Amino acid sequence: MGDIAVEASGVSKRFRLYHERNQSLKAAFMRGGRAKFDEFWALQDVDLQIPVGKTFGLIGHNGSGKSTLLKCLAGILVPDRGSIDVHGRVSALLELGAGFHPELSGRDNVYLNGSILGMSKKQIDRQFDEIVDFAGLETFIDTPVKNYSSGMYVRLGFSVAINVDPEILMVDEVLAVGDESFQRKCMEKFADFRAQGRTVVIVSHALSTMRTMCDEVAWLDHGHLKGVGHPRDLVDEYVGGSHEDRVVDDGADPVGQPTRGARWGSGEVTISSVELLDAGLPTSHVPTGAEVTFRIHWKADRPVREPVFGIAVHTLDGVHVTGPNTRDVDLATGTLEGAGHLDLRVPQLMLTPGTYELTAAVFDHSVVHTFDHRDKLFRFDVAPGRPRDQYGVISLGGSWELASDAGSST
Amino acid sequence: MGRVSHAQEDVISQFRMALANRELLGNLVLRELRGKYKGTALGWFWSLLNPLAATLIFSVVFGAILRVNPTVGADGIHNYTLFLLCALLPWNYFSGVVNAGMAAMLDNANLIKKTAFPRQLLVFSASVSLFVTFCIEMLVLAVAFLLFGADPLLWVVPTLVLMVLLALFATGLALMLSVANVYFRDSAHFVAIGLQVLFYATPVIYPITLVSHVSPDSLVARLHIDSLYYANPLVHYVEAFRDLLYDHQIPSLTTVLVVVLTAASSLWLGWTVFTRYSGRLAEEL
Repeated sequence: MGDIAVEASGVSKRFRLYHERNQSLKAAFMRGGRAKFDEFWALQDVDLQIPVGKTFGLIGHNGSGKSTLLKCLAGILVPDRGSIDVHGRVSALLELGAGFHPELSGRDNVYLNGSILGMSKKQIDRQFDEIVDFAGLETFIDTPVKNYSSGMYVRLGFSVAINVDPEILMVDEVLAVGDESFQRKCMEKFADFRAQGRTVVIVSHALSTMRTMCDEVAWLDHGHLKGVGHPRDLVDEYVGGSHEDRVVDDGADPVGQPTRGARWGSGEVTISSVELLDAGLPTSHVPTGAEVTFRIHWKADRPVREPVFGIAVHTLDGVHVTGPNTRDVDLATGTLEGAGHLDLRVPQLMLTPGTYELTAAVFDHSVVHTFDHRDKLFRFDVAPGRPRDQYGVISLGGSWELASDAGSST
Repeated sequence: MGRVSHAQEDVISQFRMALANRELLGNLVLRELRGKYKGTALGWFWSLLNPLAATLIFSVVFGAILRVNPTVGADGIHNYTLFLLCALLPWNYFSGVVNAGMAAMLDNANLIKKTAFPRQLLVFSASVSLFVTFCIEMLVLAVAFLLFGADPLLWVVPTLVLMVLLALFATGLALMLSVANVYFRDSAHFVAIGLQVLFYATPVIYPITLVSHVSPDSLVARLHIDSLYYANPLVHYVEAFRDLLYDHQIPSLTTVLVVVLTAASSLWLGWTVFTRYSGRLAEEL
């Protein structure tokens, strides 16, 4: 028991999907008993051992059961089968500021929230200044939280939760709060946590963060545990695996994954689709370093003079990686009419492994007026390739050379 | 059912857990008390103004217009308002706990879905915070008795015991209804009607002696109405309060037995039902 912080054995969780919720007695009488519902196993037979002092990540698609598992581990949901043993004091950060009372002051809410998270009054007294200081809310602490901005609200919530002093911290996608300096403080706090040998369990879609932060990850797929292992291996396998999954999903449109992003513009020129070509074939899955072509299919009902095309690549957590366009390279597009396509040839795709989203847009020659903007139109995966770089968003493609300085002993 | 153990087996950590929960309960109670009248000009006075208004209305309608004749109490007290308050204040507390308990889970849905803590505390905190106002109201009533020449001081301790028993009875009921209301949202509306019926089926605004007068002549029918009437445990609670405060006498053994037994069984049943069904609260809400 010494090395295991959290142990789940054979954990299964069943949800009820009500066709029509049985929330009225009348409905209950009419159906003669319980409402009709389908059973849905969100977790099936999950065995997991989370060692003490490790940062442990849970990855998987939406609906893979990772948040359900986290809630079970945190004691919010009770599994239908199996058992969960937790050795140590748990603090779960599922939503920041859950349970804040809007009419009460920040000070009262710190005490309330702290005790909900399991702190004693003495502990809160001791850490009160640190909590307020961390949130940066000294001047507002006696103001009712209903007057807080949303940023102040989550900052205070985060600050309370992180100062609970838990032995095991469980976090669900709440790391990205506040401005840059606050985020840096949060990361430092996490680093402290790890250095102090505490256990952290994280659920996140930000794979690059997971890769760098976690010592070990577990991959969940449709409620089953697919594997536990080193983050680099598993995240790569997951990115690869999620690709295969998507092709099946996209039977109707084998070209890629059209995602449902926003679209706006006046429509003189429209972008009908975007393709990613690897060796001339449409794909949505390429390795780092591949020679690829981004192809924009356009349509113009009437002649349009000198439109400007551009694409943008974003990571799933919203980082704008690059945004090439035809105007920056002084490409004359002439007058377009009818339909056609425009290719952006990339000799070496320098994105590190992960999932990216492609936005395409077309503007008038002054880039003031938007003809068609299709946000997050296409999603593609980059798999490990050459260069082997895995951290950050781009690879510099450099090569390492080691040499000894003249004069030093060899 | 699956099992979740958070490794708090040993006595010391269990004691620590209990201690931590006591503080959480305290904080939740403070949240209710502080949050309730925040932003109102009269603030805390509302907790006294509300029963005062009700007392005024009932006194005018039933005391002055309908001329309900209250019994003559200890020290020759013969006052409808005092007679009324002995029962109205406990009744208000009871219905307050039931209503607040019913709403406790739905109002705190976010808390239940996102944090782990003993969910019973939400019902307890409603019950305790209302108990605080109940105590203040009873204190005011005691002062009123003193002003009218009766001396209720000897009866303070048994009244306090009775208040606690009423609290246990109401809390048990509220525990049951709080989960019932999550699974069937209609419960709250049924309970609203039920409380109305119960209010008139309990001798709050009229003396219990009137009940035997309305009964028909046939002995069999009388027996039925009486037994039905006394099947309502609140009749016994209210009579006990009136015995102690208005008449300065120890309630009958039957009354004491009914009160103690219903308080214990209500709490036990409420606790059992609650622990049985609270596991799925986070997903049903």
